[in-house]
Amino acid sequence: MAKNHVTTTINGEPVEFLCETQQTLLDVLRDELQLTGSKEGCASGDCGACSVMVDDRLVCSCLVMGVEAEGSSIETIEGMADGENLHPLQQKFLENAALQCGICTPGFLIAAKSLLEKNPDPTETEVRYWLAGNLCRCTGYDKIIRSVLEVAAEAKGA
Amino acid sequence: MSALQYKAPTSVDEAAALLAGASGEARVLAGGTDLLVQLRAAMIAPELIVDVKHIPELTSVSVEDGVYSIGAAAASAELHENADLFAMWPGVIEAMDLVGSTQIQGRASLGGNLCNASPAADSVPAMIAASAVCVIAGPNGTREVPVEDVATGPGQTSLAKGEFVVTIRLPKKAPRTGDAYLRFIPRTEMDIAVVGVGVCLTLDEGGVCTAARVSLGAVAARALLVKDAADALIGTKCDDAAMANLDAAAQAACSPINDKRGTIEFRTKVAGVLARRATAIALERARS
Repeated sequence: MAKNHVTTTINGEPVEFLCETQQTLLDVLRDELQLTGSKEGCASGDCGACSVMVDDRLVCSCLVMGVEAEGSSIETIEGMADGENLHPLQQKFLENAALQCGICTPGFLIAAKSLLEKNPDPTETEVRYWLAGNLCRCTGYDKIIRSVLEVAAEAKGA
Repeated sequence: MSALQYKAPTSVDEAAALLAGASGEARVLAGGTDLLVQLRAAMIAPELIVDVKHIPELTSVSVEDGVYSIGAAAASAELHENADLFAMWPGVIEAMDLVGSTQIQGRASLGGNLCNASPAADSVPAMIAASAVCVIAGPNGTREVPVEDVATGPGQTSLAKGEFVVTIRLPKKAPRTGDAYLRFIPRTEMDIAVVGVGVCLTLDEGGVCTAARVSLGAVAARALLVKDAADALIGTKCDDAAMANLDAAAQAACSPINDKRGTIEFRTKVAGVLARRATAIALERARS
């Protein structure tokens, strides 16, 4: 069976790849395109470690088929920093030590960025609900939530 | 095992022909939030996956003379962001919004939630209460089926080979009509309903209930439309006596399973409590 040929856009760049029908978008990102920032935690949509944006929607890439990427626009953690300049959320996560093992971090960053783009001034409750699909088994969330709120507050003050 | 094929038709007829023509098992892909989990777990082994999201009717929302047609594969997040739809049918939209995380909301759909046929599907009792009707396409054309007649048991639907849900139609809402959905879960978010209750009711100018529909989820093999519970409200001002009758009728309709998330006794009692609470919200919405 021939592989599927898919043409898509990833982090603003046109990308073509071949994939088996069974491969998820996460499999394609990691195994075919070597974009290993997105992580596989549960592979069932529960943990959010594989979060990416597809056509401006936050999704779990483990629950998207690779072939579905045809014609779509995908943003991954690899596109978050502007060259050497970290995104304010990335910088704040570092300053606040809002990560330990780091497996959940790319998913949290992608999800938090999508929240702030939609709602630049969220309440703590809104942040907690928005990020409820991102699980962290190390830090216990408080530093993560605080980092998102601080970035929002600094953007507001700027 | 034959290789898995993926097709993304752009018309309803093309999709129906693909599904009907498959020699082995064919599955419809909407948001994939259940399908991909089942594939990964080898619970299903289809030879063909038909992605219906490239068919315009399946992903759009339209309204004509007050009747909403919601694409069966439209993502829940898009429905939630549709302010007019949300204002018209808050119970249905809130119910769907309870399904999963933000990430799941970006993909999960009413049609998927319905056709996955989990007895605990949150949107289903809300749609049943709202008198939602499915437009189902197949190789022999289309037919319309009330939502309560789609699921027949856990993971089972009344859809024939080649058939799939195109749109979910919400009727024109009568004046002074309100809908609501509540579920019980042991936490605040990200869980499966232990009990779910959808209520939709209409009041006359004097505040008397003239029409009602009550649907229970997760207390039987499929979501139930409970006529006795609705009858407890109709003709009353939904006073304490009517609410007590509603509670009793809802409990009487339950035939739940015992499992780690709720015993038979607990689910039954909670069904009555949630029926009263959802009715109170629907009443408030009907009055405003």
